[in-house]
Amino acid sequence: MNEWPIITLLTFTPLAGAVMIAGLDPQRPRLARGLGLTFTFLALALTGLLIARFNPAAPDLQFIERHAWIPSIGAEYFVGIDGVSLLLVVLTALLVPFSLLASRISDASARLFVALVLLLQTALFGAFTALNFFHWFLFWELSLVPAFFLIKLWGGPQRSAAAVQFFLYTFLGSVTLLLAMLAVFAATGTMDFIELARISRSQNLATLLSAKLAWAGLPARSLAMIVFLGALLGFAVKVPLMPFHTWLPLTYAEAPTPVTMLLTGAMSKMGVYGFLRILLPIFPEQMRAALTPLLWLAVLTIVASALAAIVQRDLKRMLAYSSINHLGYCLLGLFATMQVTGPDPAWTGERVAALSGVLLQMFHHGLTAAALFCLVGLIEQRSGGLRGLDDFGGLRKVAPVFCGLMGVSVFASLGLPGLNGFIGEFLIFKGTFGLVKWAAVISTFGLFATAVFLLTFMQRVWSGPLNERWQGFPDLTLRERLLVLPATALMFVLGFFPQLVIQLINATVMRIAEQLGS
Amino acid sequence: MIWIVSHLYLIPALPLLAAVILAVTPARFRRSAAALSIGAMALSFALAVAALTVSLGGGPDGGVFREWHNFDWFQLGDSWVRLGWVMDPLAGVMIVMVTLVAALVMIYSVGYMAHDGNLVKFFCYLSLFTAAMLGLVIANSLLLLFICWEVMGFASYILIGFWFHKPAAAAAAKKAFLVTRIGDLGLLLGMLWLYSATGTLLFYDAGSAGCLQFGALGKLLGPAGLGTMTIATAIALLIFVGAIGKSGQLPLHVWLPDAMEGPTPVSALIHAATMVAAGVFLVARVFPVFDASAVLARAYGDLSPYAALSPALIVVAWTGAITAVFAALVAVAQNDIKRILAYSTVSQLGYMFMGLGLGGIEVGLFHLITHAFFKSLLFLGAGSVIHGCHEQQDIRWMGGLRRFMPVTFATYAVGMMALSGVPLFFSGFWSKDEIMHAAMRWEISIGPFCLGIFGAFLTAFYMTRQMCQVFAGKYRGAGATDDHSHHHAEMPHESPSVMTIPLIALASIAVLLSVVGTPMWPWFHHYLVGQPEQGLGPSDGHGSALFVMVLTSLIAVVAIWLGWRLFGARPSASPADPDPLQQMIPRLWRVLAGKFNIDEFYAATFVRLNAAAAHACDWFDRYIWDTFVQAASRFTVLLASLNRLIDEFVINLGFDDGCFSLRESGKWFSLVQNGQVQRYLRIIALALTFLVLIFIWGLRG
Repeated sequence: MNEWPIITLLTFTPLAGAVMIAGLDPQRPRLARGLGLTFTFLALALTGLLIARFNPAAPDLQFIERHAWIPSIGAEYFVGIDGVSLLLVVLTALLVPFSLLASRISDASARLFVALVLLLQTALFGAFTALNFFHWFLFWELSLVPAFFLIKLWGGPQRSAAAVQFFLYTFLGSVTLLLAMLAVFAATGTMDFIELARISRSQNLATLLSAKLAWAGLPARSLAMIVFLGALLGFAVKVPLMPFHTWLPLTYAEAPTPVTMLLTGAMSKMGVYGFLRILLPIFPEQMRAALTPLLWLAVLTIVASALAAIVQRDLKRMLAYSSINHLGYCLLGLFATMQVTGPDPAWTGERVAALSGVLLQMFHHGLTAAALFCLVGLIEQRSGGLRGLDDFGGLRKVAPVFCGLMGVSVFASLGLPGLNGFIGEFLIFKGTFGLVKWAAVISTFGLFATAVFLLTFMQRVWSGPLNERWQGFPDLTLRERLLVLPATALMFVLGFFPQLVIQLINATVMRIAEQLGS
Repeated sequence: MIWIVSHLYLIPALPLLAAVILAVTPARFRRSAAALSIGAMALSFALAVAALTVSLGGGPDGGVFREWHNFDWFQLGDSWVRLGWVMDPLAGVMIVMVTLVAALVMIYSVGYMAHDGNLVKFFCYLSLFTAAMLGLVIANSLLLLFICWEVMGFASYILIGFWFHKPAAAAAAKKAFLVTRIGDLGLLLGMLWLYSATGTLLFYDAGSAGCLQFGALGKLLGPAGLGTMTIATAIALLIFVGAIGKSGQLPLHVWLPDAMEGPTPVSALIHAATMVAAGVFLVARVFPVFDASAVLARAYGDLSPYAALSPALIVVAWTGAITAVFAALVAVAQNDIKRILAYSTVSQLGYMFMGLGLGGIEVGLFHLITHAFFKSLLFLGAGSVIHGCHEQQDIRWMGGLRRFMPVTFATYAVGMMALSGVPLFFSGFWSKDEIMHAAMRWEISIGPFCLGIFGAFLTAFYMTRQMCQVFAGKYRGAGATDDHSHHHAEMPHESPSVMTIPLIALASIAVLLSVVGTPMWPWFHHYLVGQPEQGLGPSDGHGSALFVMVLTSLIAVVAIWLGWRLFGARPSASPADPDPLQQMIPRLWRVLAGKFNIDEFYAATFVRLNAAAAHACDWFDRYIWDTFVQAASRFTVLLASLNRLIDEFVINLGFDDGCFSLRESGKWFSLVQNGQVQRYLRIIALALTFLVLIFIWGLRG
């Protein structure tokens, strides 16, 4: 604690940038953009420092900052980083500059746009590092505000409906989550995630709850289950878990491309992170009691979203369903780790595999989906707003580099070995297969359906005879190539050397796996 | 460790490096691209031969040579996921075959693809493919094998669709990827099961800990929870699903004939010699898993015929035998020169599986190797014919080409005789003979033997038909008719020597290979599986071996004679003439020419089912879930207004707070309809912050 507060510094760097940009002259959009980029790169540099000083061998939290805030209600300013948080901070730090670089807003509104994106980054950093519910929830809710305005003000034709649906849905989830966590606070007297997890391991949360909150004479188990379901809803909407996903296709399709990149790349991970940090450690009993239906929902999410993607005609909607599918694998892996098993260390091994897979999948999906949305955005830009599956044809002939770079992302998304997507999915399936065979077996159908729609996309848009209308479709410019190349290069690097990511998370994963098994 | 074993990775790494360089090479460096690819392949070939030479001496105690090198890939908890490579006879014969065929196909491509604008990319993809195939055969881990397997599938996808502007090519590429992916998912599940059952995916590891070694195999003999099946059998069957997909066996064969849309060198290398044989190689590589149940049964002294073979191997044998005959039947009634060969490949792969199931690794693999050479020879010959006939692929429009293309004719004839099983001087005869011999000695059923004999008859017959149609009689294309006269005006011509030299090389190998696998000198056997154990080697039953040899020779001769009578003696004069066989058996012909309508069957069932499921999911999303959401939000509005009536301003209990937020959101939602979102949203955002504070203070009291 006597170190300088690197996490606080990191969290508030983008906010400082946002404040500065808000004070700029609106007639200088380039300056706003340049300043915004400077701050995000500063945040990226700080993240680099964080990685350099992070001790990957230690399973516990590092860089802890802890200050009393409102002691009477258990609110503390309490931040720290373990492998899981670090990974998501790195992802956020990478995606925000990527998204800003991909944005093409150059009029007077750029100032607000950049400021909102930076605000969103602060909210994400805060949510991924906070360890006290009060403090975490502020950031969690804060992220909705910039996201809402970014969709509402710069989105497509149906942006109002999309922004409202997005906000309403996630807001509703937040309310039930808040109520649930307040019940937990009432029962335990703490809002500290670490402390709550410890209490939940050593005592029975259901008994504590019923002792403090005797609601309408509900039995302890039911009461605890209601509280759990309230918390679950908040995260299930965010990830999303079917059937709480209907906000997503519209939102992703209507949001401007840079914002969709952040929504799918980083914000969807907040939900999975919530499962990992809050639901699994604090409500293990309830998770186990509801495991079979939850697994079914995860399987449904994987299969149904991939199938629904097959019939989408709008490329952004197709990718939106693909995102649901990919995050479905994360939930599958997480739920599988809750399977009741014996104490055999082999089970811990399967849990480690599933959890490592989930974390890799989160990181890789963030990277790949952001790149894909970015590229679809570039198609849309060239076609004057068209992005239908059947609007093109044969583009590979006029834009071979575009096709090649897009192909890399498509096949990464499809899980081709040698690219980043494979390892995560493989490990999730390995862990899940060991723990819950049937769920893994049915989910493989999602892998097949994913290939169907992605290859249909490659076939309809890029192959076949060139649609005469797009005779003059330009290939990627140098600037656009430089925009996409880092992401593409990272896909190859992480595909070949997954250890680069795994070394950061392994100790944390082992700790979580052991705690879940006990 | 021997240098070549510790550096075995160089064999796939060299072509991979070539592919990486070519991926960023501009399209104008055509000659350098070809030189780089061929050079890398030649180096790999030299290394492969060196590796093979090292392994010829065999291992300690009369066993086979087997050395491996494993390395850490990434951490998983307190252990590492490890990959590695292995040098053993199985890998040895494969690396030599793959590098040699690939090098020859690449040389040939210089001529065949001379006019293609994308030559650099073509060599890039070919090199990538070959690298993946070589990685697959030396992999010492099922995970690494799977990785290469998938990359190879990707390379195949991109090469089938190389002429992407052709809709048929783009569709065929997609179909190939998807159909093989069905198989790959089976393989993935088999691999996961093997991983969780044995704790490792390394084939061979120190202390017999590899999943193909004694220590791990014992763990696979428990019940799989599916009837009486053992885990080993279940895993083997799942892995076999992968092999079926990649090797185009029934019922997943439908992609392979369509894959002929790719350039002909691709068909020769990938869809005849190497990738499609990877399924056979896979089964051979993990053979101990397939055989584990029988090992157990033998260990317990169960000597009944069923116990002598594992259930998985019985499935392999039957699948192969049925596919062999099925595809041969279809091949009889096709008119596209490449499709005939494609169905022939499916059929011959069936023979390989039959060999594996009935006789073991050495029987299946010998046919794999001989087939690789003579079938790539046939494909390259077909490419030469297509090239010479100005992109004509229909054999009805050919005829009489022996005069125009003597080298192609002679080499094609060698390939045809090897495939048909013409006795003594052709490798295909000996390898097929071994399969038939193993089939005859199979104690469970005579079925595969009969099917195999029938398939051999059909093979010789359809190849004779093709030879006659293409090379005998008079030329029927070009100036002979006026239908397409303006672009068929030129007569056929022989291909340049850059294309014919690889043909001659392959033809020589197709002949020479016959010396290493005869019953008189079964060198291949001994190299591959070590000295035969007592009573199991080919020395057993010379009498039956002779019988099979005579029988298969007779069958081949009769079939060729019959084919010659039908097609060669009275060659058709015009492309419009119906096929003689069509006149004899019109109904059966229709079924065969329609390929048993399996594609149509799939389109009407699985494809439609998949589409229906997709539409159902989409519909559910748009109408059911969304209606539900709409209803819920209406209900919220209703609840909120009710609540407002009952309790206007009191906000002190948690329950009311919840309603407050619900009401707020409901009210807000209704206002949204009036288009005043922005103003109210700000209020909501503010309200939210206050709400949190109020909640907390409220609870505190």
